[in-house]
Amino acid sequence: MTVKSPPPSLGTDVSRSEGAIAAPTQNRLRALWHPDVIAPIIVGVMALALWEGAVQLFNVPPYLLPGPILVWQTLLTEWPDLFRSLMVTLQITVVAFLLATVSGLLLAVLFTQSKWIERSFFPYAVILQTTPIVAIAPLIIIWFQDSTFVALVICAWIVAFFPIVSNTTLGLNSADHTLQNLFHLYGASRWQTLWHLRLPSAMPYFLGGLRISGGLALIGAVVAEFVAGTGGARSGIAYQILMSSYNLQIPRMFAALAMTTVLGVLIFVGLTWLSNRLLRHWHESAVRREN
Amino acid sequence: MASPAIALHQVDKIYANGMVALQGLTLAVQPGEFVSLVGPSGCGKSTVLRLMAGLGDVSGGVIEGPAAGDRALAFVFQEAALMPWATVVENVHLPLKLQGKSLRASRSPIQAALNRVALQGFEQSYPRQLSGGMKMRVSIARALVTNPSLLLMDEPFGALDEMSRSRLNRDLLNLWEQYHWTVVFVTHNIYEAVYLSNRVLVMAAHPGRLVAEVAIDAPHPRDEAFRTSPLFNHYCREIAHHLAAGETATDMRTTTPPSPAVLP
Repeated sequence: MTVKSPPPSLGTDVSRSEGAIAAPTQNRLRALWHPDVIAPIIVGVMALALWEGAVQLFNVPPYLLPGPILVWQTLLTEWPDLFRSLMVTLQITVVAFLLATVSGLLLAVLFTQSKWIERSFFPYAVILQTTPIVAIAPLIIIWFQDSTFVALVICAWIVAFFPIVSNTTLGLNSADHTLQNLFHLYGASRWQTLWHLRLPSAMPYFLGGLRISGGLALIGAVVAEFVAGTGGARSGIAYQILMSSYNLQIPRMFAALAMTTVLGVLIFVGLTWLSNRLLRHWHESAVRREN
Repeated sequence: MASPAIALHQVDKIYANGMVALQGLTLAVQPGEFVSLVGPSGCGKSTVLRLMAGLGDVSGGVIEGPAAGDRALAFVFQEAALMPWATVVENVHLPLKLQGKSLRASRSPIQAALNRVALQGFEQSYPRQLSGGMKMRVSIARALVTNPSLLLMDEPFGALDEMSRSRLNRDLLNLWEQYHWTVVFVTHNIYEAVYLSNRVLVMAAHPGRLVAEVAIDAPHPRDEAFRTSPLFNHYCREIAHHLAAGETATDMRTTTPPSPAVLP
């Protein structure tokens, strides 16, 4: 059962990224010298140097603006306390983020199963998103008096879940129309179309939502902690920031702030890595190109 | 003569906005026949195909043939319409997967379909790694994997360059000569229609209707020489003539002001 046609090697352009897998360590080292890495590092180092220079030159007192060297020294001495607090905040962030991911995905699927459900409930998702978290956090903390942890998780969840719902809903509705027709032609069930067509189509959108929500979950957790102003053993990084500023320990406050920022960046980088990993075979955003 | 593979009787299609896409269309395609529909854009030739496939309902008339979801029917769209996240094998597997057959159980029909379109060696490639012509081959393999008795093709090679188009034409004709599927092929390319078909149906627009039917009485297998033969040219001229006549008729209809009597 062969066809009288030339072999498929003619007139085809199969681009396999074989170069990408050769000598990975060498490539990784070279990647560090990439302008994407080098340029922001140079800017950062210059800004820090300028900051330190200005602080020393004008003799700015540390309770107004500490220099980066002092902040670094404080970070090292205060590390055990600050790190313990950061882990508390991270815990809240991770739990809220996971809840947001699961609930956001389920809600988006529900929305696309029925236009009526979407019509009826989507506005409330928007309302939840646009309500300022600072304003409702005290209420939530009062409602869940018995467990501050639960209250903080709910606050962070409110902030984090909307980008996932809206992005995933958009993605589920963006499945290629011709492919939808094809599924219909082959008698695909609703479930098959969801599982084999809509969900994979929504993947890049969903992952984009995750990248936004990861940072938002952290912000939500920190904001809620600020409002809660909670004491005790399970106090998060916001508590440390607050206490440091009350006590005029401004270098300590800067150190805690820097740690929060780095955590946020790490969350973003991690989720970006995950996204690229999952989409590398097919989506424009993650495909490596040589041109 | 056996009952037709698919038949349309006095089919009308009027869209919700009042546009009359098809009017009183009657045609029948016999089993094993390769029929092309040619016509200007907007003449409803793609609509005919979509109605045959059960994508959308007729506004009037009857269609007799396999319905949507029927395994006997396969459709090839103008775009390859491959799932970008799936490999070539997974894309070709799709129709069988939707029937509940696992990849393992579908190995041999998938391989047979890929062999027919000369895609051996590209099983694990992703669509983005393939050229336009090869994507279309995957799309055709996906249509063939269910062994359809009726193959509907909607300008499948319209978006390809001339080289890929003529090669795929030749390959498609080779396959048809071997397996004698029933094919309904929509195109706006007269040469393609004459080269491939047993019969060419010429359509005109506003409203979409059949204006002529040209039987291509050339023996199979048809080779490259046929494409330059006087007979081939004769058929092309005849179809071009019908197309032009159809367009003139359309112009007459649309430019002649309606008589006051028919105005509301």
